[in-house]
Amino acid sequence: MTHSQLAIIGIHIVDYNKLLVWSVLVVGLFLAAFAPLPMLSPAPGEKLLRIEASQYAFTPAEIQVNPGDRVTVELVSTDVVHGLYIDRYDLSVEADPGQSSRLEFIADKGGSYRIRCNVTCGAMHPFMIGKIQVGRNNLLWRAIGLAIISAIGALVLFFFRASPRSDEASI
Amino acid sequence: MELTSFTLVKSALRSRWPQFILFAVLLVGFLLAIAAGFAGTPVGSRNFGIVFTWIAWWAILILVAVPLFGRGWCAVCPIPLAGEWLQRGRILGPQEQGHGITLNRRWPKRLRNIWMQNAAFVLVALFSSVILTTPLVSAAVLAGMLFLAIGLSMVFERRAFCRYLCPVSGFIGLYSQAAPLELRVIDRSVCASCQSKACYHGSQAGYGCPWGVFPGGLSKNTSCGLCMECLRTCPSDNISLHTRPFGADVIKPGGRRMDEAFKAFIMLGAAIIYAAVLLGPWGGLKTAAYQIGTPAWFGYAAAFLLFIFIILPLLFLAAVKLGQRLSLSREPWRKAFTTHSYALVPLGLLAWVAFSLSFVFTNASYIGISLSDPFGWGWDLFGTARLEWTPYLVDLLPLLQTGALILGLVWSVHTAAKLAAETRKDRSVLLQALPVAGFSVLVTFALMFLLL
Repeated sequence: MTHSQLAIIGIHIVDYNKLLVWSVLVVGLFLAAFAPLPMLSPAPGEKLLRIEASQYAFTPAEIQVNPGDRVTVELVSTDVVHGLYIDRYDLSVEADPGQSSRLEFIADKGGSYRIRCNVTCGAMHPFMIGKIQVGRNNLLWRAIGLAIISAIGALVLFFFRASPRSDEASI
Repeated sequence: MELTSFTLVKSALRSRWPQFILFAVLLVGFLLAIAAGFAGTPVGSRNFGIVFTWIAWWAILILVAVPLFGRGWCAVCPIPLAGEWLQRGRILGPQEQGHGITLNRRWPKRLRNIWMQNAAFVLVALFSSVILTTPLVSAAVLAGMLFLAIGLSMVFERRAFCRYLCPVSGFIGLYSQAAPLELRVIDRSVCASCQSKACYHGSQAGYGCPWGVFPGGLSKNTSCGLCMECLRTCPSDNISLHTRPFGADVIKPGGRRMDEAFKAFIMLGAAIIYAAVLLGPWGGLKTAAYQIGTPAWFGYAAAFLLFIFIILPLLFLAAVKLGQRLSLSREPWRKAFTTHSYALVPLGLLAWVAFSLSFVFTNASYIGISLSDPFGWGWDLFGTARLEWTPYLVDLLPLLQTGALILGLVWSVHTAAKLAAETRKDRSVLLQALPVAGFSVLVTFALMFLLL
């Protein structure tokens, strides 16, 4: 009698292989998403960053600070009026042409965030973007882990579903 | 679930009025976008033409319409309207009462594919940094599409522009294969014995299929514009609109073509390049993409074309051939390449969703501003013209993007396995699908690196 015939009469046989795969998959996804990652950052300190803004780029375009750093951003505009807005921190500063402005904050939110010009500065203004990374970009690494586990899981589960069960004929 | 089994839904779809009202509203919006582009402020983020086309419309199209309704947008798109009205000699009502202005020629047989749509999309994509940000250029492109649609309707029968030339229609058609909605005939034998074929030729009740499709032979969404003419004309009430599982057409054997395969690469490649150029921190790349005609732009254009037409397809071909070698398959490489490229449809769609989430929600606050002051002339029609720019969902966006990309990857890997299972069994399925899955994983990593 096959599994499907047994199922019709109300007897459901547990497929331990599939259960094992699902269990490994769920545990793997959970770990990739939530497992604590080792802290590698040095002790927080003072950080002075001079950022030049010009149509349509920040220089440097990517900034790295440590979690807990007291950051001072000196924004210098080299052409028109520009702004600097930091995603998630919801902080901004503006600088007139040839002038500089300062913004101070404590980098207490880890991860990678976009910095954007928030003063209309020309055609490509909505895409004048830079990046600030506070510590490690954990979301990226977790996302990569989740992607790998999900892809492997999708393949293995398909293979399990498509393959005839090893014990199908023998029941 | 058969949506047309509900009397109210069926009546609403059969009636021309609900569709006409939507057409009228969108046509007014479309013409206003063109007018604002030509006459309004040159500042893109304050111009209705830019904001409503490339933020509001794009958001609705790529985040809602295409994933859920496939060609749902095409059913209400205002671009072919004027040409169609002239072609029919009527705005509403059956064709017998109208005297259309058209040569009514058939579209050349050699061009009955989406290669021209592929070329049109790439052309727009190469200039997209300017089109997306410069109102005058954006308006010129929209007006050009409108007049091209009218011109083609004057020469060719049905909606030649939508079917063969529209740069947007091409990718909507590809991704509509993944949508959970389809229009199909209920019983094919009824169509086979039908004498009038009113769905194709038209009747007193309505027009022949504007997309040139015989619904009796319809098996995929790609060319069905969901215009509902066949629902109106079918004398046997044999048309149904129903829901289905996501991705149903992608894994349907047959009807796979190289032009659609390349559409998948164009879309996937463009999503990666846009993520780098528009959302990345590299100013030099933005400048190169924006300064058309400069040596930097030619370099950008060359890299764009190289990546989309050579690098991505070649890497994918290598993955497919590796899979063939591992699984000892003797399937011709062209066929295998075309078939397996459909595995990229879900990943491509979700890649665009992930890209657009960031692009749309960080710029959505411009919608209120330009709604109150569409031309940037200092109006304040709804009291929202002075709103500050505010990015929305900033905390949530990276998580949503991650979710979208992983969903796209899993869906693509699953599709790759299903496609491999069409011609293989047991372990060979895994061996063929593995390199394609690897390719999808690499593309996902690239997108994660650029977006997160």
